[in-house]
Amino acid sequence: MLDQSYFSKADGLIARYGKKSSAIIPVLEDIQEEYRYIPRELLTYVADMLGVKESKAYSIATFYKNFSFEPKGKYVIKVCDGTACHVRHSAPILAAMQKELGLSEKKHTTDDMLFTVETVSCLGACGLAPTLTVNDEVHPKMDPEKAVALLRELRGAGV
Amino acid sequence: MSLIHVTIDGIPVEVEKGATILEAAGLAGVNIPTLCHIKSLMPDGSCRICTVEIENRGRTRLDTACSAHCAEGDQIQTRSEAVVSARRGILDMLLSNHPTNCFSCPSNGSCKLQDLCYEYGVKETSCPGEMSQLPVDDSNPFFTYDPNLCILCHRCVNTCHKIVGCGAIDTMERGFDSVISPPFGLPWRESSCESCGNCVAACPTGALTSKRRWNYRPWQVEKKVLTTCPHCAVGCQYYLLVNGEGRIVDTEAYHGPSNRGLLCVKGRSGSFDFVQSPERLKYPLIKNKQTGKFERATWDEALDLVASKFMELKKQYGPDSLAGFACSRSPNEDCYMLQKMVRTCFSTNNTDNCARVCHSASVAGLAMTLGSGAMTNPIADITQRPDVIMLVGSNPEEAHPVVGMQIRQAVQRGCKLIVVDPRDIGLAKQADIHLKLRPGTNVAFANGIMNVILSEGLEDKDFIAQRTEGFEQLRDIVKEYTPERVAEICHIDAEDLRAAALLYARADRAPIIYCLGVTEHSTGTEGVMSMSNMAMLVGKLGREGCGVNPLRGQNNVQGACDMGCMPGDYPGYQKVDKPEVWEKFEKAWGVPLSHKPGLHATDVFPAAIEGKIKGLFIFGEDPVVTDPDTSHVIKALESLDFFVLQELFMTETAQYADVILPGASYAEKEGVFSNTERRQCRVRKAVNSPGEARLDTDIFIDLMNRMGYPQPHLTAAEIYDEIASVTPSFGGMSHARLDAGEYLQWPCPSKDHPGTPILHVGKFSRGLGWFYPAEYVPSAELPDSEYPFILSTGRILYHYNTRAMTGKTQGLMEIEGSSFIEVNEKDAVRLGIANGDKVKVSSRRGSITSVARVGAKVSPGETWMPFHFPDGNPNWITNAALDKYARIPEYKVCAIRLEKA
Repeated sequence: MLDQSYFSKADGLIARYGKKSSAIIPVLEDIQEEYRYIPRELLTYVADMLGVKESKAYSIATFYKNFSFEPKGKYVIKVCDGTACHVRHSAPILAAMQKELGLSEKKHTTDDMLFTVETVSCLGACGLAPTLTVNDEVHPKMDPEKAVALLRELRGAGV
Repeated sequence: MSLIHVTIDGIPVEVEKGATILEAAGLAGVNIPTLCHIKSLMPDGSCRICTVEIENRGRTRLDTACSAHCAEGDQIQTRSEAVVSARRGILDMLLSNHPTNCFSCPSNGSCKLQDLCYEYGVKETSCPGEMSQLPVDDSNPFFTYDPNLCILCHRCVNTCHKIVGCGAIDTMERGFDSVISPPFGLPWRESSCESCGNCVAACPTGALTSKRRWNYRPWQVEKKVLTTCPHCAVGCQYYLLVNGEGRIVDTEAYHGPSNRGLLCVKGRSGSFDFVQSPERLKYPLIKNKQTGKFERATWDEALDLVASKFMELKKQYGPDSLAGFACSRSPNEDCYMLQKMVRTCFSTNNTDNCARVCHSASVAGLAMTLGSGAMTNPIADITQRPDVIMLVGSNPEEAHPVVGMQIRQAVQRGCKLIVVDPRDIGLAKQADIHLKLRPGTNVAFANGIMNVILSEGLEDKDFIAQRTEGFEQLRDIVKEYTPERVAEICHIDAEDLRAAALLYARADRAPIIYCLGVTEHSTGTEGVMSMSNMAMLVGKLGREGCGVNPLRGQNNVQGACDMGCMPGDYPGYQKVDKPEVWEKFEKAWGVPLSHKPGLHATDVFPAAIEGKIKGLFIFGEDPVVTDPDTSHVIKALESLDFFVLQELFMTETAQYADVILPGASYAEKEGVFSNTERRQCRVRKAVNSPGEARLDTDIFIDLMNRMGYPQPHLTAAEIYDEIASVTPSFGGMSHARLDAGEYLQWPCPSKDHPGTPILHVGKFSRGLGWFYPAEYVPSAELPDSEYPFILSTGRILYHYNTRAMTGKTQGLMEIEGSSFIEVNEKDAVRLGIANGDKVKVSSRRGSITSVARVGAKVSPGETWMPFHFPDGNPNWITNAALDKYARIPEYKVCAIRLEKA
């Protein structure tokens, strides 16, 4: 059972965006931002409150990659694998970060909940390729060494 | 409105602005293939197979016919080279993620994808690659979902959300990983899926398939018989699919006026296993007095015994010592012959049907206030046209599921919904206002609504002046029912009551739809009349999208009443004590008839115990299970000198019979059901009866002849003609008209009359509508310190009444197979009862055990039980307190005690 504070948080968001079905995406976005994931019980609760079928809410939550049912790490790193970044060798950057953190195609988040590494199709910053973001902060012209150094720096800050 | 001119394959067509190319092609008689399209919904446009070539002003483009609107001058080609090539490409892409091992697919032979690939010569994909490898969901007892065969056309999702209004499934994930599923990847069986199977019917491939399909191939279906569902009174039209061996193998929905192509789980999946059940009675049985065991008899032995015994009792104790009940699940023809037998041979009006225990209060109440005891408006009218629906004491999502689906559609379209019900029923969640009132307080609620309407001056003064009487007296009564006082009686919020009254009164079109929550009370008839009071006060009667609409219970309970299976009425509600009426029937039937009203079914049992009723003939009822206070019913049956039961199964009641006559099920006979809208729906023979079971009408006719009444053998059509000849409101009806495609609603007095969809237009059947001055009277048995809870009983989605029919479908039993009692969580905590605990439920009449379902569905101090299950049948404890007009028992309120068992 989820702590009552989660439901109070959702109530606040529903009050902010309005008790209507169209509020489902902004409410879920804020929940994702707050908790770094969407607790399943909270999805059910929000859907119910907004008069959205639970199946529809789950459909929305699984359609957009921003939403996750697994808690994401403190640092969410999105490695751009769009065309421009790809031809400028984004794949080795991803591989280096996964290796450094013990992650894989299937495992995106470190057990200490510090890092989540995922790919994104295009960040729209092709001039800075290859690029990645850490919690929406852009890191341009990366290479595997710089990426690993960045992780170590963040880990130092995070502990 | 200006029309748009286009050509389809060279055929000129005129269409209205906004018409799609698909619609235009329909007008031109040109077929365009579709996979994802559902006619009544907005185009999905996902499958692209309806691609056509459009040429206009020298430019040519390809577009999807389902979503592209016609423009002036469009020249549309549906089979040009470019179109065929595009469709081939689409099929090629679909096959890139769809296996072609059709041999092992249950949809082989009825797959639209297979048909299209065959038509367009696409044998395999030109882009082989990774294919979906997802697990098959086999959890639902009636159907299977194989995501690997799914082409993601979304027909199932659109059907579930927009037509059924359930929304159990949706498209989950994205791109190649997309899959149709309940939320969180739950198995279908554990989701909110209602197993109605409308999604299965909508699936163009083998992704969603009925498990029935493992037992037959489409080409093995020898005939499809269009008939009427035998469960609730919605009267859904569907086909029974019969194979070469004369067995029903499946069902298929038909676009009937009340169901519009929809079926519920009971209709689709639970409407024929019982017909073919090995438990069917196959031979007449006579009880051996010495051993108490039933022994097989010949029809002659059984019929001779029944006829002679009844005539003996009649001679010895008089005609009124006999009684005969009709079966409201049997067609009109059967009901008519049963009451004719009772009236002509028993020479008594002691005949009734089980409307007595469900909607007799509607029949009596609406006859008193409006003049016709029936639903005033058609289902389509009250679900498609209204601005507001006021739903009182009715849970149509479970009890009348296809009406429930149409109410959910109405809500989706923006219709406001007021739910007045003691429980958090599914529709309460979607309601704008839910008045969760205390059971047994309907009259107070209605008076409160009228109090607000009058104090706000929202009454329809012209309507009241011109079309009603008794207003002043009612006005004086409702003056006392202020929202605050009503809120206290009903345990609701006064502001909610005010809001509901304003919403209802201000709506242009607003029907009242009600059900057993209104009728099954010791003040049931007054509850019903309170419904008509509300509607008359605001002039919402005799108009489209309005009216007072009792959703009748069983498939033909309306018909059983129409056919005169009532102690005070001949067919068509002609009163037995009116000289012109009995003179007419004496002339028509050629024998003297009783001139005094007979006993109501619920009064027959006490009369049997008193020794006044000696012989009873029951046709297809199981009162030991269905009537309140079971011990009392059993005592009554044991008090009888002679008891005959005509049945399909060895029911609980059958154990007490002296003779059991095996009758025919709905699938074995011709006839007509009157659905809840007064609509005449044909029942057609699909299969033969088992063993020596016979047509019920033939049994009655043989008995009548043996009892000395010369009744010629007639077909169902001939009996229906006789009904028409003696029943003015049925005067213009015949099987021939119904077979020609008419779904007539009575009154239909003459051959050229189109039937009457809406009653009381311009004038009430009664003349002036009568405001019945109803005061709130508390239920007969209220909770006290010894029995502190209120118990209400009702129906669930998966079963019908005694379960004699639905219980024969294994899948339904898997979903819901045993008794339960809903208890409020606060009470449960206090009593130390947890969800799933065994509990002992006791009243002054007995006690049963059941399983607690703890939650907030019922209010504190209140409980609810379904009445379907023999393990914990609440009728051992319900109260047989009767309504003064309709003699309906108070199933909805009795006082009980709860303990952990």
